[in-house]
Parts: sequence; structure tokens; C-alpha cells
Amino acid sequence: MATQEEVYEKIKESLVDALGVDEDEVTPEATLVGDLGAESIDFLDIVFRLEKAFKISIPRGELFPEDILTNAEYIKDGKMTEAGVAELRRRMPFANLDGFEKNPVVQDFGNLLTVADMCRFVESKLGAAG
Amino acid sequence: MRWYWIDRFIEFESGRRARAVKAISLAEEHLHDHFADYPTMPAALVIEGIAQTGGLLVCEFGQFTEKVVLAKIAKARFYAEAVPGDVLVYTAEIEYVKKDGAMVIGTAHRGDELFAEMELVFAHLSEGHESRTLFEPKTFLKMMRMLGAFEVGRAADGSRLLEPIHLADA
Repeated sequence: MATQEEVYEKIKESLVDALGVDEDEVTPEATLVGDLGAESIDFLDIVFRLEKAFKISIPRGELFPEDILTNAEYIKDGKMTEAGVAELRRRMPFANLDGFEKNPVVQDFGNLLTVADMCRFVESKLGAAG
Repeated sequence: MRWYWIDRFIEFESGRRARAVKAISLAEEHLHDHFADYPTMPAALVIEGIAQTGGLLVCEFGQFTEKVVLAKIAKARFYAEAVPGDVLVYTAEIEYVKKDGAMVIGTAHRGDELFAEMELVFAHLSEGHESRTLFEPKTFLKMMRMLGAFEVGRAADGSRLLEPIHLADA
């Protein structure tokens, strides 16, 4: 199984290729949308590259649960409801949602995911596969 | 003007790769509008030609049932200019294809010279877009015929590429 460092290096390479950013811009704390400038279509590209680099399968909505974010049941006045946040936590155990939970404005969600979250996501996939 | 940026397929291997020719003619309107008195082929239209080559390859792989759109030009590098009289050969290879879309690696050559290379991401429009038809099935069939895809095409098992029956019947 790949070490944490190997996972990080491959993710960095995927992000450099997909987003056209410099290597030194990719840090564990960098957010994909805010810091690295990822747009929605980039997630398709990033997922392709991660699947190929790690030989894993990432079904749609697994890394970025857009179905929850667009589900009216979980949204009230532009914010996620408690049930919505709980569902996000269940689906995204790899992401740190503590900050988001304090003021869960749906629009801000896109800027939540960090490179470190992505590493944890891939590690969990590799762990499950191994 | 019709939106064809390739002239003919010279190779079409289902699910793997396609090659197409683009002959640049001084009669093309766009050459005169890009830079005044300096007719060159706009790089964006080379990308479009490679996207048409790769897009039809991806469409055929999905039996023309997916709505395939060019979503992103992940990378594109150009090494030269193309002028009237040049013949470019575009090659599109499927790097990756899955339910959501595909990635295609494209190159353009002028003779033996590498003219451009790129990575293109195609998305399959599905959820929420069911009601929108991008092209009529017959349009695809007409395009594929006109571009000679079935004349040079090969299915994945090496047999001759056949016209999809559901397109002809539609």
C-alpha cells in the first residue's frame, strides 16, 4: 500500500496537471476552489486523474456530494439544515466540517475541501481496497 | 459556414483512437478575419478539430447514446503556425472513459512535425439534461458518413465498423 507521502505526491501531481498550478501552490491546507482555482468541471478531470494514478474507482458524488447540496430537504434559507450537515458528515468522513457547521452557508461549501481532505479520501479508498 | 473542422477520417478504431485530416485552404473565411493580411489557422480551431475527432470517437464508444460535450481543455501546446496549403493530421486517443465523461489526448502533425498537443476532457450530459437534444441521431450518422468514418473504421475486435442501426432507424 502507498505511504502517506506517496499519496500526497501523486495527488499533488494530479492537481498540478488538472489545474495548471505550480507545485509549491499545492499545500495540505490549500483549498481546491479558493486557493487552487478549481471549477466544477475540474472535479471531473481531477477524479479521472486520481482513478488512474491510484487505480481506484470514484463514483460520482463520492468526493463532492453534489446531490446533498442540491437536495431541498437539506437546505433552508441558503443554509444546510442539521440533518443536511449530519448527512455530509456521514458521506464525507475525510473532510473537516467543524468550521462549516458553525455557519453552513451552502454557497461556501465548495470552498471547503482541502488537499489534506483529498489525501484522507484517497487513503480511505486505498485502505478499503486493501 | 458549416462547423466542420476536420475533412475526413483516415483511421477510426472504436474505443481507442481516431485520426483525421484537415486541409487548410485560402478560401476559408476565418483565415482572413484572424489577422489581417496574414492568413493563419487559429489555434482554437485546431483544438476544435481535434475535439471533433475525439468527440466523435467518444460518442461512437457510447453508441451515440450519451450527450458528449467538450468540457475542458486541460492542456494545449502549439509549436508552429499553420498556413493555407498545409495539411494537418489530428490524432485523438482515448486516455480514459467512464460514465461521467472521457479524457482524450490529442496531437496535430504537419508531415512528421509535431504541430500541437493537448489533453481534452469531455463530459457526458445526463442528469437534468434529459429533455435537451444536442443533435438528432440522423445528424450523427450523416456526419460520420460524410467524414468517411465507416469506410476506414474498425470495431474493437478488428472487424469493420458498422453503422449503428438505432441511428439509421431514428
